[in-house]
Amino acid sequence: MSDAVIQVKNLTRRFGEFVAVDHINFEVGAGEVVGYLGPNGSGKTTTIRMLLGLLEPSDGNATVLGFDAFKQSEQVRARAGYMSQKFAIYDDLTVLENLTFYGGVYGITDKTRIARTLELVGLRGHDSTLTRTLSAGWRQRLALGIALVHEPKLLFLDEPTSGVDPTARRAFWDLIYQLAENGVTILVTTHYMDEAEYCERVGIMRDGKLLAMDTPSNLKKNIIAGDVWEVYADPLEKGLEVLPDVDGVLSVSLAGDHLRTIVERGMKKDDLVKGLKGKNLNVRDVVVGEPTLEDVFISLAR
Amino acid sequence: MNFNPTMNNLLVSASNLKKHFGDTRAVDDVSLQIKAGEIYGLVGADGAGKTTTMRLLVGALKADAGEAVICGYDINKQTEQARAQFGYLSQRFSLYEDLTVLENIRFFAEARGLKSNEWLPRSLEILEFVGLEKFKDRRTGQLSGGMKQKLGLASALVTKPRVLLLDEPTTGVDPVTRQDFWQLVIKLVSQSKKLTAKNAKSAKPALTEVEVEQQNLSERSALRGSKISEIEEGVAVLISTPYMDEASRCHRVGLMKSGKIIAEDTPSNLRARLNNRVLELRGSPLNVLRHVANKDQDVEDVQAFGDRLHIRVGERKADDVLSRLKSAIRSEGGRVDELRAVSPVLEDVFIALSESNHE
Repeated sequence: MSDAVIQVKNLTRRFGEFVAVDHINFEVGAGEVVGYLGPNGSGKTTTIRMLLGLLEPSDGNATVLGFDAFKQSEQVRARAGYMSQKFAIYDDLTVLENLTFYGGVYGITDKTRIARTLELVGLRGHDSTLTRTLSAGWRQRLALGIALVHEPKLLFLDEPTSGVDPTARRAFWDLIYQLAENGVTILVTTHYMDEAEYCERVGIMRDGKLLAMDTPSNLKKNIIAGDVWEVYADPLEKGLEVLPDVDGVLSVSLAGDHLRTIVERGMKKDDLVKGLKGKNLNVRDVVVGEPTLEDVFISLAR
Repeated sequence: MNFNPTMNNLLVSASNLKKHFGDTRAVDDVSLQIKAGEIYGLVGADGAGKTTTMRLLVGALKADAGEAVICGYDINKQTEQARAQFGYLSQRFSLYEDLTVLENIRFFAEARGLKSNEWLPRSLEILEFVGLEKFKDRRTGQLSGGMKQKLGLASALVTKPRVLLLDEPTTGVDPVTRQDFWQLVIKLVSQSKKLTAKNAKSAKPALTEVEVEQQNLSERSALRGSKISEIEEGVAVLISTPYMDEASRCHRVGLMKSGKIIAEDTPSNLRARLNNRVLELRGSPLNVLRHVANKDQDVEDVQAFGDRLHIRVGERKADDVLSRLKSAIRSEGGRVDELRAVSPVLEDVFIALSESNHE
C-alpha cells in the first residue's frame, strides 16, 4: 500500500522481561476504519502509545502519516487525534470551555472551528452545559470532539465505547463512519468482540502478538475451521460427552441451554443428527449458528 | 407479594426493589425471580443499576423499598440466614497475592465460618472443579489473570452456596478465559441437580502453567473434568455483563437501563421480537445505500457494520422494504450485492426497546 497512513514494521516494546508488544506488522490505508481487538493487557494501548511517539519502541519502527512515530512525534501528534480510555475532561467547565481549552493546546483559537467541531459531534446547543451533568454517552462525544478539534487526518480511539450503552455506542459509530467518509483514517481498540464487527478490518491481539488482521468476514471464513451448529439436546451433559465422538465434530462448548459445535465444513445436518442418534440422547433441534469473532479469537488462541 | 419459594423452587425472589442515591434512581422498581438450575443474566451498560441490584440482594445495601427473599429468607429480616446461601464474586474481588491458592480459599472459607474439618476437602474438590488443583501451593501473585479469575470463583463456591452472584466476572477478560469461565458456570448449574459425590483426589505432581494450559485446551472441547458434589438441590446464578453477545449464554436475560429492567425473557424469545425485522444490505457505494435506506418510510434504523448495513424495519414491512430498496438504490446509481433478512442479535433488541421506552 503506497498510500498507507500507518506502517508498522516489527514494532516491539519490552518493559523489563515483559514483552508488551512483540514484533507486530501491519498497514492502514487512508480512510480505513480498522479495529484492534484484544483483551485487557494484550498490548493494544502500548501499540497506540508507540504510534503516537509517547513510548520508544524497543525494536522495529512505525511510520505514521509519513513521519517516524518516535523521532518525529511532534509532527505526528500535530496531525493525529487521540481519544484515550480514561479521557480527561474538566467537570467544572462547560462543554464549550473544555473544547476551547483543548483547542488552545493545539493552538486553535478560531471560534468557527470550535463551533464546527461541536456541530460535528452533535453537541451544538449544549455549549454551556456543565460537563459534570453530561451522561456517559454525551461525555464520550465531548471527548471525541476534543480529539477532533485540530481536524486531524488520523484518529486513534482507545476503547472509546467502554461502559456506554448500546444505543450510545451505535450513535458513536455513526459518527465514526461519517468521519471516515470525510477521509479521516481511524484506528480503534476494543475488547468487545461484537463491536469489532463494525470495523472494515480487524486486527486480533493476544499476549503482545498480532495474530491476524483482515475483514471480519474473511477472518471467519479463513480461521474458523468449519461450520457452526447449535444443538438442542437432552440431557445436556450427555450431549457434551458424546458430541465430540461424532465423526466430523471439531469442537463443542456449552451455551446455556444448548450446545454450540464447530464441525467440518460442509457436514450435513442429517449426518450430525444421525451421529447423535443411538446415544441415548433426545435431540430436539439442530440449527445453523452464526460464526462470531469470538470463535475466531478462540481458534487463533489454540 | 405472596409466594412460596420452596414450592416454586425460586431461590431468588425480589419484588419492587428501589434504591436512590441523591437524585439518581439507581434501582427503580426492579423485580426478578430466579429458579434453581437457572442462569439469569443482568445485561446493561455502566450505571444501569446492575451492581446496585446485586448489592441490594446480598444485603450490602438497604433498599428504600421492596423486598428480597433468598431461599425463603428475607434479606432484611433474616439477614444472616439469607447471606449464608450466597456466593458472591464482586467486580473487583481481591485475593491475597502473598498467600497461596489454598490459603486464599481457606481464608474465605473460615471468614464464612467453615470448620477446619470441612474446608480442606471442600477446597480441594472445588480447586479440582475449576482446574487449579495442581496450583494449590502456588503464590496467588504468580497466577495468570485467567487463573485468578477461577480462584475468585472457587472462593465464592467454597461455602456450597445455593445462589451464586457474579458481578461482571468477564469484563475485559481474554475470550479463551471467558469461555472457560462460562463453561464452569454452566457446568455447575447443569450438574447441580443430579450430582454424585466424588472425593477430591490428592494432588498430582505440579505441572507447569503451559502444560496445564495445554491440558485445559485439550479438555475444553469435551469438558470431562471433575464434578462437584453435594449441590443436589440445584444452584441459581445471577450474572451481570455489559456484553450483549455473552447474554445469549444465559437461560433468561433481564435488559437493564436507567435502573429498570426494560425487558426480560429467554434470549431466543427476546430475539424473536425482532424476527424478520432486520435486513442486511451489502453493496456500494455505502453512503448511497445508507442515504436511500434512511429515506424509506418503513425503515426505523440504519447501522453500518464495516462493509455492510443492518436495517431495522417496521413490523411486517420487510417484504415491502426489500422490494422497494433494490430499485431505489439502483435509480440512485448504487449497486446491491446482497439484501436479505438476517437473525436479529440481542443488541438490536436492546436498541429497539430503548427507543420505544423514550416515547
